[in-house]
Amino acid sequence: MPTLHMVNKSPFEDNALQSCLGHVLKGDAVLLIEDGVYGALAGSAVAGMLGQQNGAVSLYALGPDLAARGLSEKPLLGGVDVIDYGGFVDLVTTLDRSQSWL
Amino acid sequence: MVMDEGPLEGSVTKRFLYVNRRAPYGTIYALESLEVVLIGAAFEQEVTLAFLDDGVFQLTKGQDTGAIGVKNFSPAYRALGDYDVTNFYVEAESLGERGLTLDDLQQITYEDEDDDWKEKPSIRVVSRRELAAIMAEQDVILSF
Amino acid sequence: MSAVKLGVVITGGPYTRQASDTAYQFVKAALEKGHEIFRVFFYNDGVNVGTRLTVPPQDDRNIQKNWSELAERHKLDLVVCVAAAQRRGILDKDEAGRQGKDGDNIAPGFRISGLGQMIEAGIVADRLVIFGD
Repeated sequence: MPTLHMVNKSPFEDNALQSCLGHVLKGDAVLLIEDGVYGALAGSAVAGMLGQQNGAVSLYALGPDLAARGLSEKPLLGGVDVIDYGGFVDLVTTLDRSQSWL
Repeated sequence: MVMDEGPLEGSVTKRFLYVNRRAPYGTIYALESLEVVLIGAAFEQEVTLAFLDDGVFQLTKGQDTGAIGVKNFSPAYRALGDYDVTNFYVEAESLGERGLTLDDLQQITYEDEDDDWKEKPSIRVVSRRELAAIMAEQDVILSF
Repeated sequence: MSAVKLGVVITGGPYTRQASDTAYQFVKAALEKGHEIFRVFFYNDGVNVGTRLTVPPQDDRNIQKNWSELAERHKLDLVVCVAAAQRRGILDKDEAGRQGKDGDNIAPGFRISGLGQMIEAGIVADRLVIFGD
């Protein structure tokens, strides 16, 4: 019964990503959208938070939001899959529920 | 999803979780979340409220908004028992991180119709781990 | 994949937050994939999408117009919460009359109704997605 967790805040200004990661279960997916995509950058001060998930959850970042912010070519954390809006829809429809960490 | 045993054939009862992560008054979200809970109670779904992160501040006792000129809506949480909204899960870690204990929260109770209308506490303090498991049991998760 | 019935809730204010833009792209993608949008419900500052009186700069998107046109093309049910709308001055003709206001501003394709419409979307839709602040 996996959950899609959506995070739309930068982890540098808000604890939504941190709180989300404190409540994910094995098999869940975490999707970073809007300012949430800043959390996908490799080598940042918060990179360790997502890195600790060790494959227990699937990590995604919304490509159009990365591109809008000039991050398309920046290295992302290992294990982060970049998806488009169609991929976003697929996650919502295939997982059992979605939870927005606003 | 649990099938309803009520009179409406084919109607379903879903588990609704309201996730409260924001403090009251600084933004409208706590109030407008409460307004959804009050309206939603009429739909006879299974309703659970979760209070975590700054959401635990919604339940503090002694709120007095007189001097800020904003309506104090904290008494409304105590009325939710009358609408069969009796499951308030408060995250222990969120309380602790903010220097709060259960004693800092208002007493919220309901009368248990299955137990001779005994008055029981609506608030249960649960661990982050327990709350994560509760979240994973829901059909619909509302957060504002 | 078989079609899924989706409910969408928008709580972030237009232009200030990206929420209504993200929701718009999401709904378009879902429709392209053949899914059904049961309802789009506007709550909190999200109700401000539903005024027809906004005049954004011409070189930027018009959020209200985009939603109105998408609704017309796909017969979408765009519902603005009445309680949240009254607080923020979003009125239809009936409501303006009832409240003694001198004008209404609800945009084409939007309707004003109660919070129960959001709960109903949660019950009826297979999945409910919230785009917020």
